[in-house]
Amino acid sequence: MKNFVDMYDVSLRYGEDGDGTLALENATMRVDSGEFVAVVGPSGCGKSTLMKVVTGLWAPTKGGIIVDGKEVDRPLSIAGMAFQNPTMLPWRTTLDNVMLPLEIVQPHASKIRRERKMYEAKARDLLALVGLKGFEDKFPWQLSGGMQQRASICRALIHDPALLMLDEPFGALDMFTREELWLAMQDIWLARRPTVVLVTHDLREAVFLADRIFVMSARPGRMIAERKVELPRPRALSMTYEPYTVGLVLDLRDHISAAREVA
Amino acid sequence: MSEIVVPAAPRRRRKFSRNKNFRRALPWLVVAAIFIIWQFFVDAFQIEPFVLPSPTAIFAAGWQWQGPILVNAWQTFMTTAVGFFFAIVFGLAVGVAIGSSSLIYDGFYPALVGFNTIPKVAVVPILIIWFGVGSVPAIITAFLLSFFPILVNVATGIATVEPELQDVLRALGASKWQTIRKVGLPRAMPYFFASLKVAITVAFVGSIIAETVGSNSGIGNLMLVASSRFEVPLAFAGLLVTGAMGIAMYAVASFIEVRMTGWATRGSGMGGNT
Repeated sequence: MKNFVDMYDVSLRYGEDGDGTLALENATMRVDSGEFVAVVGPSGCGKSTLMKVVTGLWAPTKGGIIVDGKEVDRPLSIAGMAFQNPTMLPWRTTLDNVMLPLEIVQPHASKIRRERKMYEAKARDLLALVGLKGFEDKFPWQLSGGMQQRASICRALIHDPALLMLDEPFGALDMFTREELWLAMQDIWLARRPTVVLVTHDLREAVFLADRIFVMSARPGRMIAERKVELPRPRALSMTYEPYTVGLVLDLRDHISAAREVA
Repeated sequence: MSEIVVPAAPRRRRKFSRNKNFRRALPWLVVAAIFIIWQFFVDAFQIEPFVLPSPTAIFAAGWQWQGPILVNAWQTFMTTAVGFFFAIVFGLAVGVAIGSSSLIYDGFYPALVGFNTIPKVAVVPILIIWFGVGSVPAIITAFLLSFFPILVNVATGIATVEPELQDVLRALGASKWQTIRKVGLPRAMPYFFASLKVAITVAFVGSIIAETVGSNSGIGNLMLVASSRFEVPLAFAGLLVTGAMGIAMYAVASFIEVRMTGWATRGSGMGGNT
């Protein structure tokens, strides 16, 4: 299906009186179903605002968003989200943290009591996929930052969301953990094919993971460039050092530098 | 061939102050020391018993009047417990409401702060006019004093849920109530249990104030009667009993806190400062 996410002409101004900062201005982005899209831009360009608008957490001042053929006028109930901060609940074990969405999203919420075993197995499989086997019963504060982040990504995925919104989920991790998680993310995406919007400031990450990359301008954010990544799947980390990728990263970098200078 | 002398690694001596049993006995030792110094002070300066009775005189009075003390202590304990129970119920309910809705917060919080500023001693005579002399004013005073700290703490715990976490839940389509139940309430629990420790002690203060102003039973009343008859050692015995009950209730609240919210102290055992 084409255009799973269709964000057209979205402007967003903070504050209720209409005199706040303009965060987004005529931002337009279309994402196909099952596509992996990355959004890059200079810091403070409204990338996180974009996430909130797409998921319906904030209403745009102008323009609109259509997700899965429906106009977004309230928070979506089909989205999985992960942030730079893992935001695990410290009173729940890792397994219970991952299963949190199942207690809320239908039809799982009404079945989870009866079919807890089945759901638990599912959560364990997912945790094993990101290398957290054996940590299911640990509490988040007993895990390292990278492990918590893996768990947080599992939480975003457990209910098989059609739309996955990732806001710099690997931003706070060290390089090696980050690359490891890129691979895990790619495996998961190839296996399940959700539609993914990844906000990041790491251009290598964007090129490695995404099918298409949007470049945003400095605030007020709008899309100033769009690049397709022509790399075969599954991708290997070494590809990020090939001339094609390096060229693409430099190209994106130039756009962002230019956007920063304008600001 | 040179002989290499390996210096013996300096053996670390465990400090006595880190000894666990010593730590456990420390509060008792402090109390005992206070009593000994007190006794010495009273004996050395020959202070009259109706000014400051010595600990031995206080204990003697306590032993002599153990019957009335027990009856009245039980009365105070019951009024405190009932008032405290209502404080928990109302504090939780109103705290959740205020913490989860900025509308309710903006509307009610200033009034609550104003109400909390009123000295409760001033309210007791009014309560006595309304409900007569007896347990009811004491229960209400205990309630009035202890419910505010609970309310404020629960509201704080709920209102300070991380915005990202709220986004995660809202993007799943969680209702307001689901967000409160899954995240807000558990998150507020450490605040709630911490507030119980404060609330239980002020609940005691409330009961005793009310008993002193207008009641015919309870430790507060006993102390009032004792001092009016110049039975100062008995009045002090009443004070000691009150203090002991306060510590016991605090210990219970603290024990429950550690059991219920061990995750908040990351299992380090730091929260259990009973």
